[in-house]
Amino acid sequence: MTFLGMPLLRSTRHDDQEIPGGQGNIVEDESFAKVSHQHLSNQQLRNNIGHATATIRDKRSEVVAELDDWEALREAGSRAKNQVMENLPEYLAQFEENFTAAGGVIHWARDADEANAIVTELVEANAPVLESGRREVIKVKSMATQEIGLNEHLETQDIDAFETDLAELIVQLGNDKPSHILVPAIHRNRDEIRDIFMEKMPDAGELTNEPAVLAEAARRHLRHKFLTTKVAVSGANFGIADTGTLGVVESEGNGRMCLTLPETLITVMGIEKLLPSFDDLEVFLQLLPRSSTGERMNPYTSFWTGTTPGDGPQNVHLVLLDNGRTRALADEHGRSALNCIRCSACMNVCPVYERTGGHAYGSTYPGPIGAILSPLMTGVEAEENGSLPYASSLCGACYDVCPVKINIPEILVHLRGEDVEANHSPVSSQLDAALTGASWMMSDGKRMAAAESGLPIAHAATGGNPINSLPGIAGAWTSSRDIPALPEKSFRQLWAEDEARAAGEDEER
Amino acid sequence: MKVALFATCIIDAMYPEVAQATVTILRRLGHEVIFPEGQTCCGQMHINSGKFAQAEPVIAAHARAFSSTEWDVAVAPSASCVASLGHQQPMVATRMGNEALATEAADIAGRTYELSQLLTDVLGITDAGADLGSHFPHRVTYHPSCHGMRLLRLGQRQSDLLRSVDGIDFVELPLADSCCGFGGTFSVKNPEVSSAMLADKVRTIHSTGAEVCTGGDASCLLHIGGGMSRFERTGKFEGTPDVTAVHMKKDDMTAVIGASEADHRVPGERGTSPQEPSRLQSGLSVGQSAVHLARILASTKENPLRVQSEGATVSGGSLR
Repeated sequence: MTFLGMPLLRSTRHDDQEIPGGQGNIVEDESFAKVSHQHLSNQQLRNNIGHATATIRDKRSEVVAELDDWEALREAGSRAKNQVMENLPEYLAQFEENFTAAGGVIHWARDADEANAIVTELVEANAPVLESGRREVIKVKSMATQEIGLNEHLETQDIDAFETDLAELIVQLGNDKPSHILVPAIHRNRDEIRDIFMEKMPDAGELTNEPAVLAEAARRHLRHKFLTTKVAVSGANFGIADTGTLGVVESEGNGRMCLTLPETLITVMGIEKLLPSFDDLEVFLQLLPRSSTGERMNPYTSFWTGTTPGDGPQNVHLVLLDNGRTRALADEHGRSALNCIRCSACMNVCPVYERTGGHAYGSTYPGPIGAILSPLMTGVEAEENGSLPYASSLCGACYDVCPVKINIPEILVHLRGEDVEANHSPVSSQLDAALTGASWMMSDGKRMAAAESGLPIAHAATGGNPINSLPGIAGAWTSSRDIPALPEKSFRQLWAEDEARAAGEDEER
Repeated sequence: MKVALFATCIIDAMYPEVAQATVTILRRLGHEVIFPEGQTCCGQMHINSGKFAQAEPVIAAHARAFSSTEWDVAVAPSASCVASLGHQQPMVATRMGNEALATEAADIAGRTYELSQLLTDVLGITDAGADLGSHFPHRVTYHPSCHGMRLLRLGQRQSDLLRSVDGIDFVELPLADSCCGFGGTFSVKNPEVSSAMLADKVRTIHSTGAEVCTGGDASCLLHIGGGMSRFERTGKFEGTPDVTAVHMKKDDMTAVIGASEADHRVPGERGTSPQEPSRLQSGLSVGQSAVHLARILASTKENPLRVQSEGATVSGGSLR
C-alpha cells in the first residue's frame, strides 16, 4: 500500500503548485467510490463503527454542552492556528532556536523518504543490535509516522517498531491498517480483538473478550519492552514556539513511558503543529479532549523541552516534516485544513464515514478531514486522490463540530473545482455533459421555459407513471430510488396561464 | 408586502404544486406575489460539482431576473437554494473575477428568505392553525434538511410551524439530523454510499408509523420519496448493500431502527454491537409518502391536502 519513492506529481497549472506534493500513506490506491464498495456490505464493520461513533458522538455532545464558552474557545483555537499558518516560517525558526537551546536536535524533512531516512539513521546510531540481528524501537501513537510509512520502512532496515498504544497494537498485531485516527481499531469488536491476541500473544494463555482481560494481556506484553528498549519514536500534538516545548496528550500512559524511559527520543512532527505560546494550551487542552474522546481532560499530558540532566531521555531529536504541507499552505482556499488538531470529531459525525469506515479513504487521514487534507497535500492531479473531495454529501456536520472551525464543506467544493480543472473523471462524462447542458439552459429563463414546454410530451410519453429505471448515469439514481411521474406542466407554465386568465378576466370587466 | 417568489429549478420542473402552495399561503396573508421572469436555478448543482465557470452564467441569470423587478422580500420554499444564494453565489462570482456580480448576488441573497424564515422572522407567524388556517389531521414526521439546519440555522422554525397545524399528529423522526444521502451529484457519483444513507433514513421514517414525511427541501424529499417508493415496490433496496445498523441510544439500549425490537436490541454497553443484522421485513407497507411542508401549511379544512389513504396519488414516493 505504500508509495514510497513514487515520483512526485506536479501540476503545471499554477506556479504555486510547483511545490512538491506529499508522499506515503496519503495517496489512495483506487477511487473512493471503488474502495468504498468493498466496505459498504460488511455488516460487522458497519455494526462496530455505527455503535462506536454513536457512543463517542454522544459523549462529545455531553461534555461540549457543559461549557458555555465553547463557541468562544473554537474561535480562539481557530485564530491561534490561523496566526501560525500566516507566520509559519517565523514560528518555525523561533521553535528551532528554543528547542536547540534546550539541548534538542532538529532535523528538517521535505518528504516521507527524507524523514524515514533520518529516523533510520538515528535508530542505527542509538539502538543496539539484538541477538536476533535486528534493532528495536517502541512507539507512541503518531499520525505523522503513519503518514510516512515509518514502521514499514524500518522493517526493511532490520528495525522492529513496537506500537504501544492498545488500539495501535491491535492493528499492528492484526496486520491491519488503522481506520480512525483516534480509535484506530474502531472497526474491530472485542471478539475479534481476543482472537488477534490469542493468536499473536502465545504467552497470554486463554483470554475472554472482557476489556479488562484484554487490556491486562496487552500490558504484560508491553511492559518488558518499555523497560528494555533504548529508543522511542513519537509524534507530537503540539510544538510551542516561544519555549521550544513538545507535547503529547494520550489516554493510556504508554506514551508517558515511551517519552521518559528510553535513552533516545525521536519525535516526528508536521510543521503545522506549532502554537505561538504556552498560553495557547489553555484553549487547546480544552478543545482537544472534549472533541476527541469526549473527556473533560485526557488522563496523560506530557511536555518536554529539550533534555534535562538526570531526568528522561538525554538524546532528544525532532524531525520536522513537510511532505506536502507547504503545498497545502500555498492554497489560500484550503490552507485552514492545516489547522487540524487530529481530534477526529468530524469522523464521528460523518454519515459517509459511518458507512464506509476509514479504509475507504485510502489514507492515514480518513473521514471529512482526510477528504480535504490528503488531496491538499498531494494535489488532485492523481485521479484517485481527486475522487476524495466527492466523498461527501456536503451535509456540514463536520464543520459544526470542528474545534478549530475548519470549513470542510467549503474546502471540499473548492477542491472539486480544482479537480474539474485538472480535468479527469472520465467515468462521469455523461454527468459532465448533462451539467454542461444544464448550465446552458439555466443561464437563461427563456431556454429553461422552452425545455419545460416539453413536459406535457414527456408526461404523456411516460404515461404519467413514476420512473423506476433509467439508462446511463441516471441509472446511478434509479439503482436504488424511484422518480415521481413528471408533472404535466411546470410552475412557470401554470403561473403564465394564471396571469393570462387574470388579465382576461380584468378585460371582461 | 410585495414578495418575489424564487420557485427553484426542481420545484418549477418537478413539483409545481409546492410553488403554488407557497403562493397560496402568502396570498392568504394578504401579500402580493410576483414571479420574476427569467429565473432558473441557484447554481448549486454546478457549484457543488466544482464547475464554477458553468455556474457563473446561472448565477448571472438569477441576478438578472431578481434585479430587474421591484419587490420587498424574496422567498424560496427551499433552504438549500437560499443557502446557496448567500453562501455560494458571491464566492463563485468573486472567484470568477466578477465582483459586480458578487455584489449583486449578495444583495439579492440578503433579501431572500426560506419559507419558514419569512413566515416566522418577517411575517411574525407563530401559529399556523390560527394565522394560516392550516389543517392537516394526519400523522406526520419531519426531516430537517442539512442546509436548513447547518447553513441557515433554521432551528425549530419549520417544526414549530408544523406542530401548530390544526389536527396534526407530529412525531419526532429518530436521528432526524442525519443526512438523507442526497447531496446533489453525490447521489450519482457515490450512489452506493448515498443509498446506504437513504436506506437508513427510510428505516427511521418507517419506524415512526407516520403517513407522510415532510420537510422544507424538495430535493431531499425527492430522494427520500424515491427510496420509500423503491422499498415499497420491491421490499428491498436494490443496488444498496443491505446492511443495517441505524444506531440509536434508547434507555441504555442500542436500538437498530426498523427491525423487530425483540430481536435486535442488545445492552448498549461500550464495545458491543447488535449480534444480528436486521433485514428490513418485506411487506412493510404503511403507505408513506414525502410531501413539502408548504403544502401542509397551505392545507385547510375547506380545501384539504389529501393523503394516500384518502385516495391521493403517490408517485415515486411523492404525494401529488
